[in-house]
Amino acid sequence: MRDVAVVGFAQRQMSEFDGSPTCVELLVPIFAECYEQTGFTRKDIGFWCSGSSDYLAGRSFSFVSAVDAIGVIPPVNESHVEMDAAWALYEAWVKIQTGEIDTALVYGFGKASAGVLRRTLALQLDPYAMTPLWPDTVSLAGLQARAGIDAGLWDERAMAEVANRSLTDAEKNQYAVRKGGSSVEELLARPMYADPLRKHDISPVTDGAAAIVLAAGDRARDASDRPAWISGIAHNVDPISMGSRDLTRAPSAAAAAGAVGTGLDGVEVAELHAPFSHQELLLREELGLADDVAVNPSGGPLAGNPMFTGGLIRIGEAARRIWDGSATKVLGHATSGPALQQNLVCVMDASTGSTTGGAR
Amino acid sequence: MSRTLQAPVTVSFDYTRSVGPVLGRFLTGLREGRLVAARTSDGRVVIPPPEFDPVTHLETDDFVEVSPTGVVTSWSWVPEPVAGQPFDRPFAFALVELDGATVPMLHALDVSSPDEVSTGMLVQVRWAEERSGLITDIACFEPVAGPDEVGDGVSGPGRARPELRDEAPTEQSRPGEATGEITTIITPVSLDYLYAASPEESAFYRGLLEGRILGQRCPTCHKVYVPPRSACPVDGVATTDEVELSDKGTVTTFCIVNVPFLGQKITPPYVSAYVLLDGADIAFLHLILDVPAEEVRMGMRVEAVWKPRDEWGTTIENISHFRPTGEPDADYDTYKQHL
Amino acid sequence: MSGLDRLDHRKNLAAVIGVGQTHHRAKREDVSMAGLCREAMDRALADANLGRDDIDAIVVGKAPDLFEGVRLPARYLAEALGAVGKPLLRVHTAGSVGGSTARVGASLVQAGVHTRGLTVAFVKQSASIAMWALSVPVPFNMPVHAGAGGYFAPHVRSYIRRSGAPTHVGAIVAAKDRQNALKNPYAHLQNKDTTVESVLASQMLWDPIRYDETCPSSDGACALVIADEDTARSATSPAWIHGQVMRSEATSAAERDQVNPQAGRDAAAYLWKQAGITNPLEEIDAAEIYVPFSWFEPMWLENLGFTPEGEGWRLTESGGTAMDGVLPVNCSGGVLSSNPIGASGMLRFAEAALQVRGQAGEHQVDGARRALGHAYGGGSQFFAMWVVGSERPTG
Repeated sequence: MRDVAVVGFAQRQMSEFDGSPTCVELLVPIFAECYEQTGFTRKDIGFWCSGSSDYLAGRSFSFVSAVDAIGVIPPVNESHVEMDAAWALYEAWVKIQTGEIDTALVYGFGKASAGVLRRTLALQLDPYAMTPLWPDTVSLAGLQARAGIDAGLWDERAMAEVANRSLTDAEKNQYAVRKGGSSVEELLARPMYADPLRKHDISPVTDGAAAIVLAAGDRARDASDRPAWISGIAHNVDPISMGSRDLTRAPSAAAAAGAVGTGLDGVEVAELHAPFSHQELLLREELGLADDVAVNPSGGPLAGNPMFTGGLIRIGEAARRIWDGSATKVLGHATSGPALQQNLVCVMDASTGSTTGGAR
Repeated sequence: MSRTLQAPVTVSFDYTRSVGPVLGRFLTGLREGRLVAARTSDGRVVIPPPEFDPVTHLETDDFVEVSPTGVVTSWSWVPEPVAGQPFDRPFAFALVELDGATVPMLHALDVSSPDEVSTGMLVQVRWAEERSGLITDIACFEPVAGPDEVGDGVSGPGRARPELRDEAPTEQSRPGEATGEITTIITPVSLDYLYAASPEESAFYRGLLEGRILGQRCPTCHKVYVPPRSACPVDGVATTDEVELSDKGTVTTFCIVNVPFLGQKITPPYVSAYVLLDGADIAFLHLILDVPAEEVRMGMRVEAVWKPRDEWGTTIENISHFRPTGEPDADYDTYKQHL
Repeated sequence: MSGLDRLDHRKNLAAVIGVGQTHHRAKREDVSMAGLCREAMDRALADANLGRDDIDAIVVGKAPDLFEGVRLPARYLAEALGAVGKPLLRVHTAGSVGGSTARVGASLVQAGVHTRGLTVAFVKQSASIAMWALSVPVPFNMPVHAGAGGYFAPHVRSYIRRSGAPTHVGAIVAAKDRQNALKNPYAHLQNKDTTVESVLASQMLWDPIRYDETCPSSDGACALVIADEDTARSATSPAWIHGQVMRSEATSAAERDQVNPQAGRDAAAYLWKQAGITNPLEEIDAAEIYVPFSWFEPMWLENLGFTPEGEGWRLTESGGTAMDGVLPVNCSGGVLSSNPIGASGMLRFAEAALQVRGQAGEHQVDGARRALGHAYGGGSQFFAMWVVGSERPTG
């Protein structure tokens, strides 16, 4: 396996973006920031890969004009996944592993506020027996939260602790759209919203875009004094059915972690893509994170969760802890689908070692 | 004035879904008031039945009927229902393990406050008054007023625990009821969006409100784009310097549309053409009228025909169409690089 | 150093060892979306002589979700596709997506990350109306467009003007592909009476494109099993991947060549280099080229470098692209005979593999050793291609 590192990361998050659903206006300055960080120009980028969703924009081929932000004449080596851009990062990492390219810029974008997000997301369910009921994402997460509460795996207090810590940490994050912790008691005193969830248990509807630059070997060393080397990356999926899987578990998260050969031992910082407070507690267990692992020091998804970059941003935020020297081994996690159906883990190290990935 | 122009868009279509044999059996059962589950190879009884076995991956072929009563295994409160949900007032979504099934199914639970729900409570199917072979043939679940509950004396059906029996679809049905297997269903999908134009496009549309066609120049390659762009596709930077363009131009290429289609707003036949406005470096699409379609030519000189000023808005439709100017055709060499 | 076009690397080898497709029809009312995908996947697995549990990654390709009204359907399909407990990706690169998906699947193996990947692309276009899904009106704009035909017809006109091609060349392509389709039991259109004359007599829809020069709308799916060298060596007649490429450019840009787009030319040049091909017309034995409107055959012949610019139509007119020609193009009947949008690109890649495996049945080109699979999408802006061969690549 080739040594590949995260060497650039830029993002924008906002509660309501007034521009076009293609988000080109956001991508142009984000790419400029990535070039500034790495010293690369667009001609140095060997592969481009993006993540977005037509249904978020409300029209087919919504990603097509986003490539304009790159400047695509002469043409570029480019692809797109209809998934969170964390999976675009996976495709780019694979591409670098083929040896065909040495560098990649991965980006995602989404204007969630263009529609009613929790309703739009009901279109991702079984179209015959689920979508006609329009089960919204908040309700589905509530079913999961309650299942864990009833099973004694977590409680409202533990959920409030996650929210309070996230919103407190978010005060240091200029991109957070929701911030300001208080106390667990104060949060618990707030009214229930979607019982068993209070509003602070639910990530805010967020618009935004983000990009990450990957580079291999010496190209990474040229671009960064302290590259965040990807020592393992893997992803996995569970069935969508809310009935036939145990909602208190996310086997695909554990499987992804298990497929990362170097394991998660020694991870100091984990950025977990948990759009609902209880999901952080579930993921901690499923990933087997030690008690002293700092989770979501950026504030995490409860402070801002732009669709299609919420996962990519976790990888970027984790990588930044390597860049600034505050950690030597970090985890970025991404999720997708109702109640943590699909999960990706990306382990990054301050030093190069044996890289593993996939699930051979 | 807001930075960008915004307008509502509704994306709406009634999708026709063929359901295949397994879901067809389930949906046919619903229409007949029966709950058809599948026995999967891992020994579970699952409803709705999965189309393919989770272990053997073979098509599901072992069906059983389960009871319309069951137990809530989890629930969540819906304080602000969204369009299309089973109720337009607050209700609960619940996972309910029906008697005879081993995994729960998702549906709405009709209760008026979260205080009326608890995990483990007994509920039963409330059938829709009219059933057509859709998941909504189950109107919702409702609490069972069991004999051991303090109630108003109305006896519910109690908690039947029937022996599992093999499901045998029959053609028997009540008089007047549709018969035959369900093979397709219609599922309407309608989503409302607020569309926003980019800041550059907004400037263009606002110019049209004043009868002006405003392009912008790329600061790097100096090409004039109309409409202007948030990113010059060659250089990846926003176009900037405003350039007011003539409303005369040259047809680079075109097609004659003879085909009618859903949502079409212009009656065919009509000519859809790329018009390269004088002063622009990119052509844009518009209509050519006031000339027989077969007389439209590549290189034809055309001019905008504006609608009456009192009909103008922030839209390209202020220009009703383009028509020939009568000037001699442009030389092929003057526009061939725009094809 | 440019990031593009490294030829000095050595990828792991990969080969197609299983191909499956559905019977493509206007409406496949007998199956659900899962059933449609499984029909193709089960055939691909049977062809590869593998079980679902032998697969270690799945890549799903699909064009816009508005066709079926299901957002990111790969996840709802995860269990039916046997993807649970495995890595699952969903690719969307407009019309080229079937080709891109095959490429992503190949990359997983060539990177050494996975051993046996399964790719599947599908569309259940009968759930809605493709033309509606592609033409949702944009506020402030003029609804001049009329679906894909309305989009591409002006560029066809430009091609005819630029090349001086006689106007019946499009009809030659349509008649040839429809006749080829009669040899392909999976093909949607089976019109044995189609001739150049009948095509020319059909209604002009988007002048200069006639009804019989357009592709149908089909329900359908295609699946491939792509395996590493060890697996492929023990498989029956693997189709080895000799080169693969993707290139993208803008939908519209000042002075962009929309007839002979640079992205396609760049992609082809890189592809031939990878495959060690210096004269594609002589060295490629069969080509499956994405031709949704008949005129795109001569246009892409030029774009791909099979002929000099402006002369693609001469190859078509001379019969050179017929089954018995110097370069048999779309022996399967092509997109003009079956068009499950999204899967259509993968079908091109799959049919190329069938040719070099000697398994194309009645539409087999005798002794085909190297074949091209080609797909494009968007406004002639996204290109995906591969060359597969009956022999293991060397060097």
